[in-house]
Amino acid sequence: MANKSEVKTVKGYSIPGEGSSVLISAITVVALFVLWWAATHLGWIKDLFLPTPERIYNAFISAMKGDIQGGKALPEHLTWSLIRVFSAFFLAVLTAVPVGILMGVSRTMRGIFDPPIEFYRPLPPLAYLPLIVIWFGIDETAKIILIYLACFAPLAMAARAGVKSVTIEQINAAYSMGASKAQVVWHVIVPAALPEILTGMRIAIGFGWTTLVAAEMVAATEGLGQMVLNASNFLRTDIVIMGIIVIGVVAYLFDLLMRKVESMLVPWKGRA
Amino acid sequence: MIGRGKPLLQGHILSTLEIKNLSVNYAGSNGQNTLALSNVNLIMNTGDFVVALGASGCGKTTLLSCIAGFMQPSEGTITLDGKPVHGPGAERGVVFQKHALMPWLSVVENVEFGLKMRGVSKAERHSIALDKLKLVELEKYAHYPIYQISGGMQQRAGVARALASDPAVMLMDEPLGALDALTRAHIQDLIVELWWQTKKMFFFITHSVEEALFLATDLIVMTPSPGRIEHRFKLDFSHQFIECKDSRKVKASPEFISMREKVLSLIHDGQAEGEA
Repeated sequence: MANKSEVKTVKGYSIPGEGSSVLISAITVVALFVLWWAATHLGWIKDLFLPTPERIYNAFISAMKGDIQGGKALPEHLTWSLIRVFSAFFLAVLTAVPVGILMGVSRTMRGIFDPPIEFYRPLPPLAYLPLIVIWFGIDETAKIILIYLACFAPLAMAARAGVKSVTIEQINAAYSMGASKAQVVWHVIVPAALPEILTGMRIAIGFGWTTLVAAEMVAATEGLGQMVLNASNFLRTDIVIMGIIVIGVVAYLFDLLMRKVESMLVPWKGRA
Repeated sequence: MIGRGKPLLQGHILSTLEIKNLSVNYAGSNGQNTLALSNVNLIMNTGDFVVALGASGCGKTTLLSCIAGFMQPSEGTITLDGKPVHGPGAERGVVFQKHALMPWLSVVENVEFGLKMRGVSKAERHSIALDKLKLVELEKYAHYPIYQISGGMQQRAGVARALASDPAVMLMDEPLGALDALTRAHIQDLIVELWWQTKKMFFFITHSVEEALFLATDLIVMTPSPGRIEHRFKLDFSHQFIECKDSRKVKASPEFISMREKVLSLIHDGQAEGEA
């Protein structure tokens, strides 16, 4: 009989696009970087439009020390941005999730909340920013309200849609074990909706972050958006690009964090 | 006959479920109503294993939903120990075909769920739940997540969960319908053992003739349009199993086979009639 290791291994069934794409992505990133390096060092693009990677790195070092226009260090800008986005995001989670759940389980609540949410949801936050500024001024309140509104709609929609993930059998089973209506909502519907709520949180924090940077560009004395805008006024392209990279990296870290939270809180997602 | 509510020898309470002139008329969207159940009468006592057998559309699930309290009948009454049934309640445990366990809870937490909702202390409900899991041979999997155990184990967990509330009636809506034949036969044996040990009243729905004959002490054969009870049989194949513990022997006996053919032809004739 043939040795086991001599038998050729074959692949099982597969669907299109299956397998890891990490290596290909890594090659893409390296290739873009090499292209950037070549374009700047070989003089294909003027330094004003695209500085060399080294200059971006130097901009990052001096920004860390606060050696840029405005005199505030990068960590200070970052801290302000994070405080704004997270305070607004948590306020939105605390209010939008209950509203979404209520919209899912109550005809009355759905009737009340559906028109205002559906009306403002597709509006770009920058379109109503001027109104927010007129109402609340240009200080922190206005920014937090703007980000809050940007986070609220996707969260409420996700919680409302999540209510539909509960099966009628789960609800009936709970009732026939003596659960009250409130217990069914809290112990059956909310956990069943949790996977969708967490997806909504991922989307909402992304919305919040994009809105934040835009809001800081309009009115702020600190924050990543303000740092980038200020640098552009002085034609400091290196700081602009460095700022953009920082904003992108932070957004990516948010998403990694949310995915981690997701795998911890809803390990059953997609499996039951 | 022993009176209502009087304890039996083992400390069990004798209960009676009475269904009188039950009819259910579903309102259709096009104005055409469907008479899902027509004038159903049935009396069940503690220790009875009633199996409702019939093709799809014969109203057996509607009947179970009415007993469980998930729906209100158009006409007629259901009483448990003289008290009319209004809405679901813990004295009527339900086992569903699927999708009824809560994947965010472990096996034992699922079994504890009803007790928790009714305010039973943590230690007490945990020990009750482990006890019920032992009855369905699942105590080793108590702390597994639901999505990591097989379909057969999930159904056993569902049975344990219904038993945890110590209901007077166990309502089972095709609990084995989605399982493979071997698992199904194994759990059938287990259910007979459970019924024998707990002495509860079981109401079990199936469309498998063999399953119905094996489990039932009282078999009702239902036919569609309108859904009604067409035939009733008293059976004792489950008692035979309790004595010999060999379900294949019971199912291979000449009486079982002739009964199976008899019921199959009844169902077949009923269907031909309905389609004609």
